[in-house]
Amino acid sequence: MHEPFGVHMIIKNKKNRLMKRRDFLKKSAGAGLAAGAAFSLGGYDKVWPAEMASAEYDMVAIMGGSPEAMFDLGIQEFGGMGTFIQKGQKVLVKPNIGWDVVPDYAACTNPALVTRVIEHVFRAGAKEVYVFDNSVDHGPSCYRTSGIERAAKAAGAKVVPAHSERYYQEVNIPGALVLKKVKVHEVLLDTDVFVNVPILKDHDTTRMTGCLKNMMGVIWDRRWWHSNNLDQCIADYGLFEKKPVIHILDCYNVMFRNGPRGVSRQDIVQMKSQIIARDWVAADTAATKLLGVELEKIEHIPLAAKMGLGTTNIESLNIKRIQM
Amino acid sequence: MKASFLRQFRILFSTLIFICFFIIFVDLQNIIPEKYIKALLSLQFVPSVLAYLSLKTVLSAGFALVLVLTLLTGRTYCSFLCPLGIGQDIFSRIGGRIRKKFRRFGYKKPFTIFRYSLLGITLLVSVIWGFYMLTLLDPYSIFGRFMTFFAKPVVVIINNFFAVILNRFDMYGLHHIPLTAYHLQVYAIPAAFFLLIGILSLTKGRLYCNTVCPVGTFLGFLSKFSLFRIRFDENKCTRCGRCAVGCKSSCIDFLNYNIDVSRCVDCFNCIEICPDNALSYGIVHSNEKNTETDEGKRKFIAGSLAMLIGLPASLKSQDRNVPVPGKGSTVKENKTSPVCPPGAGSIADLQKNCIACSLCITVCPTNVLQPAWLEYGVAGIMQPVMNYHKGFCNYNCNSCTEVCPTNALRPLVLEAKRLTQLGKVNFIKDNCIVKTEKTACGACAEACPTKAVYMVPYEGNLRIPETNTDICVGCGQCEYACPVTPFKAIFVDGNPVHQVAQKPVDKEVDIEIPTEFPF
Repeated sequence: MHEPFGVHMIIKNKKNRLMKRRDFLKKSAGAGLAAGAAFSLGGYDKVWPAEMASAEYDMVAIMGGSPEAMFDLGIQEFGGMGTFIQKGQKVLVKPNIGWDVVPDYAACTNPALVTRVIEHVFRAGAKEVYVFDNSVDHGPSCYRTSGIERAAKAAGAKVVPAHSERYYQEVNIPGALVLKKVKVHEVLLDTDVFVNVPILKDHDTTRMTGCLKNMMGVIWDRRWWHSNNLDQCIADYGLFEKKPVIHILDCYNVMFRNGPRGVSRQDIVQMKSQIIARDWVAADTAATKLLGVELEKIEHIPLAAKMGLGTTNIESLNIKRIQM
Repeated sequence: MKASFLRQFRILFSTLIFICFFIIFVDLQNIIPEKYIKALLSLQFVPSVLAYLSLKTVLSAGFALVLVLTLLTGRTYCSFLCPLGIGQDIFSRIGGRIRKKFRRFGYKKPFTIFRYSLLGITLLVSVIWGFYMLTLLDPYSIFGRFMTFFAKPVVVIINNFFAVILNRFDMYGLHHIPLTAYHLQVYAIPAAFFLLIGILSLTKGRLYCNTVCPVGTFLGFLSKFSLFRIRFDENKCTRCGRCAVGCKSSCIDFLNYNIDVSRCVDCFNCIEICPDNALSYGIVHSNEKNTETDEGKRKFIAGSLAMLIGLPASLKSQDRNVPVPGKGSTVKENKTSPVCPPGAGSIADLQKNCIACSLCITVCPTNVLQPAWLEYGVAGIMQPVMNYHKGFCNYNCNSCTEVCPTNALRPLVLEAKRLTQLGKVNFIKDNCIVKTEKTACGACAEACPTKAVYMVPYEGNLRIPETNTDICVGCGQCEYACPVTPFKAIFVDGNPVHQVAQKPVDKEVDIEIPTEFPF
């Protein structure tokens, strides 16, 4: 099953763009012979030797390095960002920019990590990268204070405003129990690939915020969620067709109390960790262990698992653990 | 001095000043640093007087410069520095384009009794009760309200138009800004003044400045003693009358070679118009005394005394509860006091020093500052009030305290602002989603910057808000975030006098940093 990365991309292109990677791996097990031919055909210039790695990991957890270095190492285990992004695609990178708080307070995703993710996305051949979040505090101030606006622009991404209802369009979520309709940011609809870059934090309402909860920054009316069974809404939203292809959960500085905003630097513990996963339920489940919260106390994660969004049974997964 | 130079310099200078004023009031992205705004405003006469009265520092005494300037040069302030005056000149020019007749002024008699009486009443009311009349009549405040109420929305619409177009081309430099309206009633006063001043300036030049404006009247009085003024050279004058026709202030009585200095705003149009160079600007040797002066004074004193007796007492502040829409089965928020903005110190202080120029309202990035309707009583109409249904006070923002030209909002460094308690949080459990719907919410606790609102175990995994008013700063994030309608489940009740909030308790998290993955 160790497929050269280039082959995968070419076959995926030809056959079915929406084919799930897991299915693809099964189907292409016999296509190994085509590999040589595919390479000789060339055309795909983003094949890095380092990224011809084993792609069967469900989750990669890294510990002990800087956010950027951990991501560099971790994403290799998936075969690089090129596994998820095709050349010329438009990519949305969605960090958490919820609060008008400096990076030290770890209320928003680490800006250095955002920069590095965007760089990888561009290296994988993305045509354009967009960054936005519907902040809770005053939007432009959050973009500025969090350092993410500058970090994203430095990496060449477009930072899109998200604090006016005009940017949002209503979509249906078939199969949802409560959240049957929701207004999502138009950039989410216009882009081809969605990369989720949340930060792990304590959370006063949901006990924890991670990959699933980060989606509250792509929608407009959070008040409606709050007044209509918040946990179910979070799980429901996961059914929306435009799912993130990869979740990069920043656990470098982790807010252990007073979340999601935090009151002081004392709320932060430097965990120097990162979780990269395809399955957001699994990533969030692993994160509960880092945060030391029982899964049963966090309603939205089991609910999401029940709706078929992923598994909370992380023992069954193939996890690569890296200590730096 | 050369005639054409004077007028052109006036036009250039006043245009620059006007553009600066326009920009600070419609600075949508809050780019202009507060210190520049303060510097620009330091020479505004009434705000500077009020700032000096409360601060008593040399730096706040910009009005003294204006006085000196007026004693030297006459009412140059009205043509060079007053944004409302400059705006009227622009209107007057437009008026001339519409109908030539609007730019043919001619000499008219002054409304001496009326203007000095009005000035007298304004002063007396200010001294005895408070700055209510100044709030209404101060030209800078009027201009500020025009900008905030009428110009800014137009700029926002234009901004949004271009933002939408740029978005189409994948450019996001301009943000789309939601357009928000204030209390409808609050528009009444600025709208009435806009009509009055608009029509007067369009058709009659500077009639408003020479009839109603208290600053104009006061500086006009002073300029009777000014060193430099416009003078006639009787030997050159052919009595063609063009100067009088072109005078926006209608103050040139060319038949008697007389210029009413108290109404002349030093626009220098007459100097340029005069074909015979009979008019010039320079030092006047006062050999002819104006007899009108004494008469004017007498009339003024008599008039103001007469008006004083009939002064309505209704101007006094009346406390009144915030009106709440009266439907729905939930519990009403019981607000005992409105919340006044940071830096005000207290509602009483705000009322004393604020002339409702609304600059703080327009610089507020979250729209939490709104012009009051009756929250502070009749006398407080248009003064800034915190409205937590429209917005919240951003914890990291002190813009409003930085720009206030009258020191009604005193400058607060961020650290101090974060400990200023504008009001106290109140939780109405019976309205709360967690209790009524038995589902998780906690929007209030999430947003609270000090964790004065925090969640405690309720039923099962549910958690419900609890409050600690000691560390509450009254920023209103909880009230704004609360999804319950029509009455919120959490609200901030204003402190009529601001208090100091306690610092949140700060101790290190007691957790061992893992060296291995716990999964």
